[in-house]
Order: sequence, then C-alpha cells, then structure tokens
Amino acid sequence: MNESLSQIFIATLLTNNFVLAMFLGLCPFLGVSGRLGTALPMGIATTFVMLVASLCAYGLNLLLSAFHLDFLRLISYIVVIASSVQLVEMVMKKYSPALFRALGIYLPLITTNCAVLGVALFQTARDYDFAQSLTFSLGGGAGFTLALVLMASLRERLQLANVPTLVQGTALSLILAGLLSLTFMGFAGLGGGE
Amino acid sequence: MSLKKEPDEGITFDTFMEGVWRQNPVFVMVLGMCPTLAVTVSAVNAVSMGVATLFVLVSSCLLVSLIRNLVPKEVRIATYIVIIATFVTLVDYIIQAVSLSLYEALGAFIQLIVVNCIILGRAEAHASKNPPLKAVVNALGMGIGFTIGLLALGATREILGAGKLFGFSLFGEHFQPWVVMVLPPGGFFVLGGWLLLFSFMRSRSEKGAAHE
Repeated sequence: MNESLSQIFIATLLTNNFVLAMFLGLCPFLGVSGRLGTALPMGIATTFVMLVASLCAYGLNLLLSAFHLDFLRLISYIVVIASSVQLVEMVMKKYSPALFRALGIYLPLITTNCAVLGVALFQTARDYDFAQSLTFSLGGGAGFTLALVLMASLRERLQLANVPTLVQGTALSLILAGLLSLTFMGFAGLGGGE
Repeated sequence: MSLKKEPDEGITFDTFMEGVWRQNPVFVMVLGMCPTLAVTVSAVNAVSMGVATLFVLVSSCLLVSLIRNLVPKEVRIATYIVIIATFVTLVDYIIQAVSLSLYEALGAFIQLIVVNCIILGRAEAHASKNPPLKAVVNALGMGIGFTIGLLALGATREILGAGKLFGFSLFGEHFQPWVVMVLPPGGFFVLGGWLLLFSFMRSRSEKGAAHE
C-alpha cells in the first residue's frame, strides 16, 4: 500500500495497461478503434467517466463500510457508473452532436465497460486512499486512451495493406492487439512496480 | 427442427443449440471478451469462470423473464443490471466460501461478470420477450457455449504455456514451456488463432458447398 503516486500512474499507464495487460474494456477497444477520429474522443469520454466513477466509488465505499453494507457495493457501483454515463451522454449531445452520432451505441455501452467498473473494484480491493484512487483512475483512463489511439492508428494503416480475406476482421485485430501487448510487456519493471 | 424464428414458437432443440454452436458467444459473436481472455490462463480457472457465468446468466434470465410484463420499458436496462448485480454478488460470496484459492485466482473478475455483455444481451434480446422456461433453456445453451469457448482457450493456453492440462504434466520434464502463451499477449494470439481456424473451416465448407 506504500506505492507512490507516480508509481501508480506509470504502472496503470504502461506496465499494467488496462487494455493490453489486464484485459479490461476490450469491447470498445475492438469496436471503436477503426478510426482515429472517434478513438480519441471515446478515450477521453471513458477517462472522464472513470474519474467520476472512481471518486463516487471512493465515497460510497467509506459510507458502505461504515454501515457494514459491503454486500451492496457492487450494486451501488454499477448504479453510480450508469448515472455518470448518462451525464456524459447528455453533455456530449448538447455540445457536440456530430461526435455523439459518431460514437453511437458505444457511448451508452461505457456503462458495461469493464475498465470503468474495474477501476472502482481494484481501488477498493487494493485499499487506495483518496489521492491514490484519483491517480489510479487518471492513469487507467490515459492508458485506455493510449491503447485505443495506438490501435486505431495501426488499423488505419492496415486498411491499405493487402491482407488475405481469411484473416480479415476480428482475428486480425486480435493478433494486432497481441503484438501491441507484447510490446507493452517491454515496459515491465518501469517505475519500480511489482 | 425449425430454424425459423417466430416469437410464439415453442421450445425447440434450436433454442438450446443456438448458444452452444450457431451463435457461440466466444467464437461467433466475440462477446464478453474481458473475462474470456483474462482468466483463461488455465483450464480449471476457465471452467470455474464459465460455470459462474452460466449460473448468473440462467438465474437472471429466469427472473427477467418472470417480471417481463411488469417492468416499464424506460427503466428496463437499469432493472436488468440490478438483477444481474444481485446474482453476481451471490456468486462472489459462494465462491469465496467454497474455495478461497480459486477466489484469489479469479480476483475481481468474478465481480466483473456484471459487465459481461452476454448476460445483458441475452436479458434484453431474449429473456424479456419469452416465457420463463424458454428463456432458461436458451440461457443454458448460451452459458454452456460460453463455458466451452473458455475451456477451449484455457486448455490451449495451459498446454502451450505450461505443458499441463488441468494441472497434470503432459510432456515430461524436457518440455520447454511457451511462457508467452500464459501472459497477456498469449490470450490475444490464442483467441485470434481459434477465430482463424473457424473462418478457415467456414470458407472450406462454403467452397465445398459451391462445388457440389
């Protein structure tokens, strides 16, 4: 529990990247990473939801432990996340309707993004304090955005490549993700983590 | 066996087999990827995860189907999520009571069953429109299909990455394990490989059908 803030940030951004090392948030990772233009806003929206969810989860956890209602934790977390997604959706619809349409079904699906719930659950499981939780969610969001943007850039290049029809589609994306994940393993040990 | 999908049709063999084979959640629909890749480092973990998901899937589909006429349309997704979260909490506590080592191996991924798209997808697409028995049969098929998918991945990764299956050594002492297969990249590679195999088989059978 004595991890410093910078360690937590680097670990969640690179060495323990949510998508590539912990397999959280794969659905949007494979779904929205087709174009760079939608990948970046999606990453930022998810980061924002993560931040809100992490803050609420921190407060809720204090409240629930105080009243010994631990069994309600999962249910209350998911309700909080669903409401904050709704908030992001309304803000985006008002200020950027074009983006709202581009993200389409994947925006409400942030609710069922494992990465968001994962942030809330992992910070509880690891007993992070307030500053650590905040850093953890920011690092996680930045890591998610980074993975999404990298993947989208790779896939944009691949559209010009001559790939056998058999491999096209999800199989290709998965193998690409595997290679990306292999690259990220090279960061292991950075920041003096585990 | 009729393949036509009518809302008022009875329970057919296809209601069950849809999830096991034709619409297999792992290999055909590629849903619920996070637990699929994260816990399949060994066959045992994969089966436990599959059974836990199966239980949540069947019980929440039963409940959703029972209350399908009572829930207002506007709040249905929220209702489903709360129902699913309740059953997941149940499973979480059961696994903790039955096997602590398994609980530690699966970690937060048991609680993450809540956000498994398969369950919400089934609740919304099937259970909310069909009578309880049919919904349960369909959910059972989906759950079994998911478990088979997880087992296929888990077994492949355990054999390649550790030279074992269900903890038993397969190749003797001189086997050099392909460690990367049990590490995160291996998950992507193995699932990609399985998908390739299936698309290869599909194109073969399509070609075969065109020749006849």
